[in-house]
Amino acid sequence: MTTTSFTVLLPTPCPRVLPLPLFSGKVAAGFPSPADDYVEKTLDLNELLIQKPAATFFVRAQGESMLGAGIHPNDILVVDRSIEPVPGKIVICSLNGELTVKRLERDNERWKLKAENPAYADIVIYEALELVIWGVVTNVIHPL
Amino acid sequence: MQPLLALVDCNNFYVSCERVFRPDLIGKPVAVLSNNDGCIVARSQEVKDLGVKMGVPVFQVQNLVNKHNIQLFSSNYSLYADFSARVMSLLEEFAPSLEVYSIDEAFLDLTGVYPCQKDPIAYGHRIRRAVFRATGIPVCVGMGPTKTLAKLANFAAKKWKNTGGVLDLSEPVRREKLMRIVPVGEVWGIGSRTAAKLNQLGINTVWDLATQPSKRMQAQLTIVVARTVMELNGIPCLELEEITPNKQQIVCSRSFSRRLTEYQELSEALAEFCTRAAEKLRQQHSVTGCITVFIRTNPFNPKEPQYQRAASVKLDAATQDTRAIIATANRMLKALFRIGYGYQKCGVQLSHIQPESSPGQMELFDFADNSLPTESRPLMKIVDQINRRFPRAISVAATGFDKTWKSKSERISPHYTTDWRELVGVK
Repeated sequence: MTTTSFTVLLPTPCPRVLPLPLFSGKVAAGFPSPADDYVEKTLDLNELLIQKPAATFFVRAQGESMLGAGIHPNDILVVDRSIEPVPGKIVICSLNGELTVKRLERDNERWKLKAENPAYADIVIYEALELVIWGVVTNVIHPL
Repeated sequence: MQPLLALVDCNNFYVSCERVFRPDLIGKPVAVLSNNDGCIVARSQEVKDLGVKMGVPVFQVQNLVNKHNIQLFSSNYSLYADFSARVMSLLEEFAPSLEVYSIDEAFLDLTGVYPCQKDPIAYGHRIRRAVFRATGIPVCVGMGPTKTLAKLANFAAKKWKNTGGVLDLSEPVRREKLMRIVPVGEVWGIGSRTAAKLNQLGINTVWDLATQPSKRMQAQLTIVVARTVMELNGIPCLELEEITPNKQQIVCSRSFSRRLTEYQELSEALAEFCTRAAEKLRQQHSVTGCITVFIRTNPFNPKEPQYQRAASVKLDAATQDTRAIIATANRMLKALFRIGYGYQKCGVQLSHIQPESSPGQMELFDFADNSLPTESRPLMKIVDQINRRFPRAISVAATGFDKTWKSKSERISPHYTTDWRELVGVK
């Protein structure tokens, strides 16, 4: 007899939801808070950062090639795979099998992956290069 | 209006999940191993092409693994469950109702869905593109007026690349062409034993079966086969099951990373399985009336002395209390255990499952013969609540502290989507 058991997780890509109350006033005993009627909902960062939960993934930035775009080593990037990767977007792509973050650019007929750091050269895309766009970066989470 | 159902099935699902964060593995042979890293349970196309069969123990194909550098992964269930939930939620956007059939496949009811009516094939491709784009998981879409035909269409869409991964079997002419070349054993619901019986009756292809009078099939075989005949002819007999029925049986068992020889170790492992099973039981608001325990040595090693036994007990009063289930299971284990064997696996099965609110269920009773306290549903409820927030914070002492028997998962990939510390790095 064998068994495999799966726990089907809820389709939220963020396992820790932190609801922040919009108002929080102390309740005086006996008197209801006059603000009570105005508390409509709590703010959820997921709502701010994530448009399409099923297509959104978190990845961690390594290296300094995108410093100019405000992406520092160890930052968490919010990546939406369902967004169209048009020129100008910062994308995650698989370049010869390795995941990398760069800005997608196009001048004339040529596609380029541009680093946002003068110390890094642009990568011009040519046919022999194995390149697959993995997703579009929508936000950076950077601890201060 | 002719009904239209679709079966959407992920290609090599576990392998595809592993490849999303490891694009370097695309096009390379990849396989995923069962619990305890014992057998191959998922194969990339490259591994299938090497002739590695589903379910083989790894040691039997070690030569191929070395020679072709097959990348092996332990099962990463939290990763697969996460991807499954993503795929299912995307599919919900395409159909008014959906049945999650397994971790990697779902039936969609597309009857009367306007953009689909106009061009079902184009709609199927839209589903494929949307799922692949959002998740990186490739899927195939099979369509037909019944579940059985949708399943068959999916099988063909996977097998024949020129379908582009989408096939619609609504047209009887197209059905016949396919059915004439597919062996009957490939039909959904026809197991290998039924297929052998059908072959004896001269029924070899799906077409042979579809052209049988269903009455004859019911008389000579079973009602299930008769129903399959009707379904193959486009007459729906099986409905979409949108709500998963509560389980009638809950089994929890594992293989051990090493052979267990002591009663104490086995008993601690069993207590843990009982804990998991009881949690599942309470999750579906049920009680169990029958507990089965089984233990066995490793059947793959005939040189070891072999022993396997199982025992069941019917309970006087149905329960959902972890402590009662562990105590009862342990009593059986004591009776089954023989010294001198290396045990490889044990498990517990709960059956005679009823809703917790069913009449005749006593809320409180003494299980005096176990000298345990009174069954307490509120206590179990609180334990479940705490454990949901702080996983495994509270457990019954019988589960012990030494967990060295736990299954091996030496080749597990990071929990890319469920652990902040294990996100994939991008340069």
